[in-house]
Amino acid sequence: MSLILDNIDLVVGGATHIEGVNLELKPGSFNVLLGRTLAGKTTLMRLMAGLDRPSRGRVLMEGRDVTGVSVRHRNVSMVYQQFINYPGLSVYDNIASPLRLARVDRAEIDRRVRQTAELLHIEHLLERSPLELSGGQQQRTAMGRALVKDADVILFDEPLVNLDYKLREELREELRTLFDERRCIAVYATTEPAEALALGGNTAVLHEGRLLQYGRTEDVYHRPASRSSAEMFSEPPINMIRGLISGSEISFDRRVAFPLSDDLRSLPPGEYHFGVRPSHISLQPRDDDDLAVEVSVELAEISGSETFLHVANDLFAMVVHLSGVHEFDVDQRITIHFPIHKVYAFDRHGDVVHIPSHLGGL
Amino acid sequence: MSDSLPTTPEAVRRRAAAMAAKRRRQARPAVRQWRRTGLMTAYIFFVLLPIYWLLNMSFQSNSEILGALTLWPSDFTLEHYAKIFTDANWYMGYVNSITYVLMNMLISIVVALPAAYAFSRFKFIGDKHLFFWLLTNLMAPPAVFLLPYFQLYYTVGLFDTHVAVALAHCLFNIPLAVWILEGFMSSVPKEIDETAFIDGYSFPHFFVKIFIPMIRSGIGVTLFFLFMFSWVELLLASTLTSTGAQPIGSVMTQTKGASGIDWGALSAAGVLTILPGIVVVYFVRNHIAKGFALGRT
Repeated sequence: MSLILDNIDLVVGGATHIEGVNLELKPGSFNVLLGRTLAGKTTLMRLMAGLDRPSRGRVLMEGRDVTGVSVRHRNVSMVYQQFINYPGLSVYDNIASPLRLARVDRAEIDRRVRQTAELLHIEHLLERSPLELSGGQQQRTAMGRALVKDADVILFDEPLVNLDYKLREELREELRTLFDERRCIAVYATTEPAEALALGGNTAVLHEGRLLQYGRTEDVYHRPASRSSAEMFSEPPINMIRGLISGSEISFDRRVAFPLSDDLRSLPPGEYHFGVRPSHISLQPRDDDDLAVEVSVELAEISGSETFLHVANDLFAMVVHLSGVHEFDVDQRITIHFPIHKVYAFDRHGDVVHIPSHLGGL
Repeated sequence: MSDSLPTTPEAVRRRAAAMAAKRRRQARPAVRQWRRTGLMTAYIFFVLLPIYWLLNMSFQSNSEILGALTLWPSDFTLEHYAKIFTDANWYMGYVNSITYVLMNMLISIVVALPAAYAFSRFKFIGDKHLFFWLLTNLMAPPAVFLLPYFQLYYTVGLFDTHVAVALAHCLFNIPLAVWILEGFMSSVPKEIDETAFIDGYSFPHFFVKIFIPMIRSGIGVTLFFLFMFSWVELLLASTLTSTGAQPIGSVMTQTKGASGIDWGALSAAGVLTILPGIVVVYFVRNHIAKGFALGRT
């Protein structure tokens, strides 16, 4: 079962929500929709499910045009960000309801409900009402209802956002293993690049209703097709510095100039945006061709055992991702080093023109 | 100004004195308690006095009612209640009232449930205006509609039937029900509906099996309000009926006998008219505050 979105537009009341999305999801694939809030992740999922109808374009399932087919007659299931269960029914009946409606016989329903509950570790809660459960258990119930019915497409709309950190990691892990054995298409929406990387599979980067890039998650991460794609798929966002290549030099705002490294030498002279990942910048030089830049500290955010250092000089502002807890004074002058052979270059239109050679080049 | 910290020694002393006075005031809970209890007692006394007086009169003989002031029945009697339960003129008033009230509740809720669902779930052209227009029906006094209803029902032969009153009361009860139910329905996330359709529920199946149980307290509160408004309405009910479907309120205004007004029977009828309301309130007492907020809590 494959799912194809063919040139989909969605316009609601004059506002374009989705524009020209082409996407082909392969059978048995795990797909992450990555994008900020309002990027159109939920909207796209609703179009895939058949809850909304596209203004233009077609939705094909296994080659069959299902654009106008209502959600009741498509074999899909969906898990929402909110914990959505039927409060009047027990956990057992909640999970069993899709099967009951499909007129599966009782023994089979019982077997499958218990099997699904066991997978999700809620087998001891089956007789309870969903409202008596914790958030994580409620979401597991909702997942159980989505998983029990052998859907062709399972949609997860940021299902773990409302859960605490520990539980989120745990459920994400389980979710991934659950899908390894299935032949259905899974689609998982998230705002967090780290979550997309943890889930693997394929990633589609969305921004303002457009599909920026789709491919294997590592490929999309390592080889962004455009500046916005790189910015979306990087946490904290990738640092962008405007620079000029002329002859054998690279200069930033015509004041600081460095000799060009070998792999950047192929670029024609002109203005570019250079992307540097925050984690590639360090306080000590790691390589001979690292560029040393004098900056002053604006803010040091400590998150867990990591430090996000916001630095700036009069040319640019950057974020440096350091592992470990580091303390800095505001306005402290430090020298940062960034590896010139790990930078991306994007042209004036935002298209990628240079990918570091250790990632395969362009 | 008073919130800022004092700066001069003088101001510090003044503030300390004020705080001490405040503490002393708060240290007299007994006085505050008495004030509170006293006010509450006075309030309840004045609210309940007429009801007590009604109850008092209903157990007195007519001569005692018209005689000297008595604070409780010196000559306790149940004859007025006995009269009401035996005289068809009296008890049929209750039967008629209850009949059209129940009919009205049924019609209103059956019509209002789908309407409220549409208002809460769908966007359509003019939905907000239509919703507002429904509310304006509650603002017009029923007397405005008296003449058209009377003329219309007389012409089509509905005059003096229970259905006539039940339909006339829909005028204000359906908007009310739509309004209350819309609030309750909007507090149910739309994702529940979608999940149900994804699971394969048909709309009617979902509505009955999943949705209605989720708003059952809202339906209870709505039914209470429908009952109340239809039960106390007298103008339409008495004008659109003559003898066949005469409501109790109308019967009560026509009790002048040869010996003048039957005060005792009238009081007993009054007590019996209040009772159903009290019973219904008792059943929805836990949800009624939410009902007054129209589900929007």
